[in-house]
Amino acid sequence: MATNFSQNHFELFDLPRGFAVDMAKLDAAYREVQTQVHPDRHAAAGDAGRRVAMQWSTRANEAYQTLKNPLARATYLLQLRGQDIGAENNTAMEPAFLMQQMEWREAVEDATAAKNADALDKLLRDLREDKKLRYGKLGALLDSGADAPAVEAVRQLMFLEKVEDEIGASLEALDA
Amino acid sequence: MALLQISEPGQSTAPHQHRMAVGIDLGTTNSLVATVKSGAAEVLPDITGRPLLPSVIRYDANGVNAAGYAAQAQQVSDPRNTIASVKRFMGRGLDDIRTTYGEKLPYDFVDAPGMVSIKTAAGVKSPVEVSADILSALRARAEQSMFGKDGGELVGAVITVPAYFDDAQRQATKDAAKLAGINVLRLLNEPTAAAIAYGLDNAAEGIYAVYDLGGGTFDISILKLSKGVFEVLSTGGDSALGGDDFDRTLAAWAAREARLADLTPVQERCMLVEARAAKERLSDADATFFSLSLDHDRAAGLHVTRKTFEALTEKLLKKTLVATRKALRDAGLGPEEVKGVVLVGGATRMPQVREAVGTLFGQKPLTNLNPDEVVALGAAMQANLLAGNRALGDDWLLLDVIPLSLGLETMGGLAEKVIPRNSTIPTARAQEFTTFKDGQTAMAIHVVQGERELVADCRSLARFELRGIPPMVAGAARIRVTFQVDADGLLSVSAREATTGIEASVAVKPSYGLADDDIARMLKDSFERAGDDAQARALKEQQVEAEQMLLATQVALEQDGALLNAEERAAIDALSEKLKLANAGSDHHAIKAVIGELNRATEEFAARRMDQSIRRALAGRKLDEVSL
Repeated sequence: MATNFSQNHFELFDLPRGFAVDMAKLDAAYREVQTQVHPDRHAAAGDAGRRVAMQWSTRANEAYQTLKNPLARATYLLQLRGQDIGAENNTAMEPAFLMQQMEWREAVEDATAAKNADALDKLLRDLREDKKLRYGKLGALLDSGADAPAVEAVRQLMFLEKVEDEIGASLEALDA
Repeated sequence: MALLQISEPGQSTAPHQHRMAVGIDLGTTNSLVATVKSGAAEVLPDITGRPLLPSVIRYDANGVNAAGYAAQAQQVSDPRNTIASVKRFMGRGLDDIRTTYGEKLPYDFVDAPGMVSIKTAAGVKSPVEVSADILSALRARAEQSMFGKDGGELVGAVITVPAYFDDAQRQATKDAAKLAGINVLRLLNEPTAAAIAYGLDNAAEGIYAVYDLGGGTFDISILKLSKGVFEVLSTGGDSALGGDDFDRTLAAWAAREARLADLTPVQERCMLVEARAAKERLSDADATFFSLSLDHDRAAGLHVTRKTFEALTEKLLKKTLVATRKALRDAGLGPEEVKGVVLVGGATRMPQVREAVGTLFGQKPLTNLNPDEVVALGAAMQANLLAGNRALGDDWLLLDVIPLSLGLETMGGLAEKVIPRNSTIPTARAQEFTTFKDGQTAMAIHVVQGERELVADCRSLARFELRGIPPMVAGAARIRVTFQVDADGLLSVSAREATTGIEASVAVKPSYGLADDDIARMLKDSFERAGDDAQARALKEQQVEAEQMLLATQVALEQDGALLNAEERAAIDALSEKLKLANAGSDHHAIKAVIGELNRATEEFAARRMDQSIRRALAGRKLDEVSL
């Protein structure tokens, strides 16, 4: 069978495997697939048909979310290449990155303590700018097959995503 | 199975047969039922032409004494037996209700295991039963209106729930429909239903926000509408905040001002009824008279200005705005990126709500639709689609999300998120667990829902016991637990031991909601009361299902019979004949058994057809690109 659960996410949506993904094409393919498989399309089916529809629709959602999010996409690409991100058993990080990391965290804590929403907003903008540069570099690493440095870059971005979440939570607390 | 209904109009064996389906808005204060007639959705009114059914049921020793307006008229004289706003108790325990509403409610609550119940003249009633009585009244209205005296069968209903309803509240709603004998085609989120009605009528494209302040619940959903796809980007809200709270705040203020204390339940209800009326008057007037004629011999009252009312309820309004900003952040959007704001729910008639929402989004909210009816109309359109009545080109796809994160209890009473909020449904996630003792054969898992870090601050959904784990040394077993959220937003859990492939048995003990036994008991009770015949109903249900199954199988074979080899084809044909034979008999167990057999036999066929349709769809897209 041509289409089945052993296909990878890129194959499911008929997209070339790589870090650069044409978002418009991804969106369109996702919608095409959901239009075929969504449970609402199979409401009149029997139990088995509805179950197949739910499984496929679930699968399409998972594939779409993975490919849409750059960090999840990079992690997934590395997994397909047999690289484990190993966030748990490999915590060695570049000292320079760790320093920068601590500075981010302190700045967020200070702005939160001072209830300074403007400062938090600025941190958020700076962080997003920094992430953008890093994603650019990550893409180049992945394209050139430099897997080990790519794994390192992914793990650093995971930290930054967490900092971004913390800023979001602080802004939310100030808003309430 | 395999009733993959991908049939095009005109290819169906019964092309002109319109399958009757309805949309039901089961509201805190009012409920409605709507359907699509000759292409247009319309609300079905009662025989006197009133579109709403107040969500009020009055009980007496014989059961339901009155529903709707007739029951509402009795709520002041018989508050203990007249149940209003029961939606607020769905899937909730007594503690929840006390925390949220204090001791003010006039009912005689019983803290039944799982969900609170209410003692009435007709016996102890669960909120599920009260909701079922409301749904039965709507069903009767729909059948009367659509089929008249000839009688007829509804294919099913789409029932709306607040987007922010958690799993327990959704499950309770589905149980109520089951009890009312309604086939639930889908549970649909209220703001999403409103977006369908608005979007289809106005051919809307772009980012829209739906701000839905009902009688007892608040929802905010951010959607992307494009080319027939309604994609919910984020949702937020408060399932215990609505117009009722504005009434209560005003009533409490009036009681303080007039130095009234120790009111009886009747007087409490009087105050609330007057508070609601005063609130409604203040939507048009700058000031009004709050009547306090609690005793017949004395007439008294207070002067209340809109300004006072707005100051009193400012906190409630602010809560909705905080949730709105959070939903925008979750969607990664700023208010300026929203093209239109749709207001839903009677409480959005309050001028301060319109003004505050307008300020937040920097634009006048859209009010060219009836905020009471738009949810029911959208639900009717979706019901019509799901019942298979869609016309070519008149077609859309709905992608909704789960409102609250699902998590598991881990060491130290912490909640670990398994499925984050705003995940598009259906969605699933598997998690691996291992044993921590040698020879351990069972394991307890606690599923919670909510955003807080401590389990104690989240809602407990269910506790699972995994049994039958093969004895191994500590840490060797790999138990894979799969959490599946379906298109109704409902969770189910399955588990298997990965190294041996042994399916661990899962004992589901819902913390809130009803066990299947409870539903069976309530069904039996309601049959006995109505003098209905449970056997006859079960037979009818199986026959309808068998017919649908046969039709869908036949259509599937006509379209894609080539996907089967001769042997597979013969097996399916034989089972179809067997089902026809069983369906001519009167043994509903036998019919059910053959439906199950045919389901299993067509599973592989269903999967192949699904594969084929995906491949064709993607191939079609490529051709489009080439031709551009």
